[in-house]
Amino acid sequence: MITWLLRRLFQALLVVLAMTVIVFIGVNVIGDPVEILISPDADQAERARAIIALGLDKPLWEQYLHFLYGALHGDLGRSFVYNEPALRLIGSRMPATMELAVTAVLLSIVIGIPLGLFAGLKPNSFFGRAAMAGSILGFSLPTFWVGLMLIMVFAVQLGWLPSTGRGHTAELFGIQWSFLTRDGLAHMVMPATNLALGNIALVLRLTRSGVRENLTMDYVKFARAKGLSPTRVVFVHVLKNIMIPIVTVIGLEFGSVIAFAVVTESVFAWPGMGKLIIDSINVLDRPVIVAYLMMIVFLFITINLAVDLLYTVLDPRVRLETKE
Amino acid sequence: MSATASAGPVKEETPFRRFAREFAESKLAVAGLVVVLVIAALAIFAPFITPQDPYDLAQLDIMDGRLAPGALNGAGTMHYWLGTDDQGRDMLSGIIYGLRISLSVGAGSALIAGIIGSALGLIAAYVGGKIETLIMRLVDLQLSFPAILVALMILAFLGKGVMNVMLALVIVEWARYARTARSAALVERRREYIEAAECLALPRWRVLFRHLLPNCLPPLIVIGTIQVARAITLEATLSFLGLGVPITEPSLGLLIANGYQYMLSGKYWISFYPGIALLVTIVAINLVGDQLRDVLNPRLKR
Repeated sequence: MITWLLRRLFQALLVVLAMTVIVFIGVNVIGDPVEILISPDADQAERARAIIALGLDKPLWEQYLHFLYGALHGDLGRSFVYNEPALRLIGSRMPATMELAVTAVLLSIVIGIPLGLFAGLKPNSFFGRAAMAGSILGFSLPTFWVGLMLIMVFAVQLGWLPSTGRGHTAELFGIQWSFLTRDGLAHMVMPATNLALGNIALVLRLTRSGVRENLTMDYVKFARAKGLSPTRVVFVHVLKNIMIPIVTVIGLEFGSVIAFAVVTESVFAWPGMGKLIIDSINVLDRPVIVAYLMMIVFLFITINLAVDLLYTVLDPRVRLETKE
Repeated sequence: MSATASAGPVKEETPFRRFAREFAESKLAVAGLVVVLVIAALAIFAPFITPQDPYDLAQLDIMDGRLAPGALNGAGTMHYWLGTDDQGRDMLSGIIYGLRISLSVGAGSALIAGIIGSALGLIAAYVGGKIETLIMRLVDLQLSFPAILVALMILAFLGKGVMNVMLALVIVEWARYARTARSAALVERRREYIEAAECLALPRWRVLFRHLLPNCLPPLIVIGTIQVARAITLEATLSFLGLGVPITEPSLGLLIANGYQYMLSGKYWISFYPGIALLVTIVAINLVGDQLRDVLNPRLKR
């Protein structure tokens, strides 16, 4: 187990290193580093000075080591637009994104699992079929367009919900949160639903197929033969067994929820990391872009590692396999 | 022997006819196919169909900007059935031309990614060893990051433009083909016909591409269909975010983005109709893909 863990950690480290090389090459070889790292307003003399100051006259490998050194010390440059360290800027936008992503994941569990249970237990009922058809729509509808339609119906036509922004925030642990105020919650409803749609469909389908598969298994027959009530069989025995794949997928999907927040945040003008990166790309604020990419890569690898570990702990079969 | 059999020689059903008959078992899929064909025809023959050339600024009248669907143009010569955008561009024409860009970018990138990915997957399965490990590790790495993020990263480095979007889509998509091609090829490789081809001392590339590839095609076709839909969605999303195609020749995603600011004042049609066109396209392609998967899947063969 320890060897496995160490090997897995080593692998994750290698991937992080590989990604720093890719981002470095992307900025320094594919793009023009002078244009990327030096503000476009700079004049000729300033440029020459900046090239020396940034070490762009040095050989590539030395530049890479310098970049790596900076990254390890949490220094990924300053934003041209906000004139703040890029990492701190992203950090300040992170709570908004996290708040949205966590709400979306919770929504997908709270809505997806009951619907999936129902569709799995009664696959031929009208409701079961409707849930499946709806889940196909959930997969094929483009996120950004659904977001627009939500705004059109609930904000413009009906006027029930606010269309953009975070609304009032309240402070907790020194960070501003929207979910603590009524107005903030109202602002969260549409973006969170929009972000959750794809995952609701995914969780629904997973739960449904898990239920259908498990209902035919011997342990369910045995539990029934013992005279347990149908509710107990479904909610204790079956649910426990289908939770393993669901937990794994939800964990892995958390990363892509953060990635897709880029789209949702742009639609609803939600001031999180995703909106920041799109704005930064549009004004070519490259230090912020690099910092965001490094941050997200790191986040992803951490999530993947955590899910792998959790999976090993949850499922005894995998635990045995890794021991061998 | 039944009476019909004795009446005449039994005609062997050709594989294509059998395929067509099985495909037609789902009415929904046939409807999807018809819609896909109509959309493709619209996109190809756009210049002959549309009432207006949306790229020709001389034909646009800024005074006709943001007219509601069904409105008459300023000169009183034609109706804007789906309204106009902020520059007085007929939305119907804009949508049909937009379809053209969305479809060609989507199908083009799916095709290129399919060729590269399938070739790499086949090579991985056939050659094995270190090359296989290297290719499959790359596939795993690629698939562990969401498509939108990888595309975002590439476009952040390279900048906007049709070619860059295509490149980003190809890089995002190749891995799925490679994985599918490899798993299909691993099964086919052990069959007798491959052994026979090898015994004939045919060159390796010939065994690979003339014998192995045709037998791995069915799952690749299924993946390809679904990947076209995914590519169209992703392109629309990127264009909506302002990272995709240039504003001069808008795709569906960019048309939707253009209408965003006017939607808050109730002028819904600029965003709504391109969205419907996008939706119909994606759903139709997915319906066809789903049925293809059922028909081509050997496990479901009756």
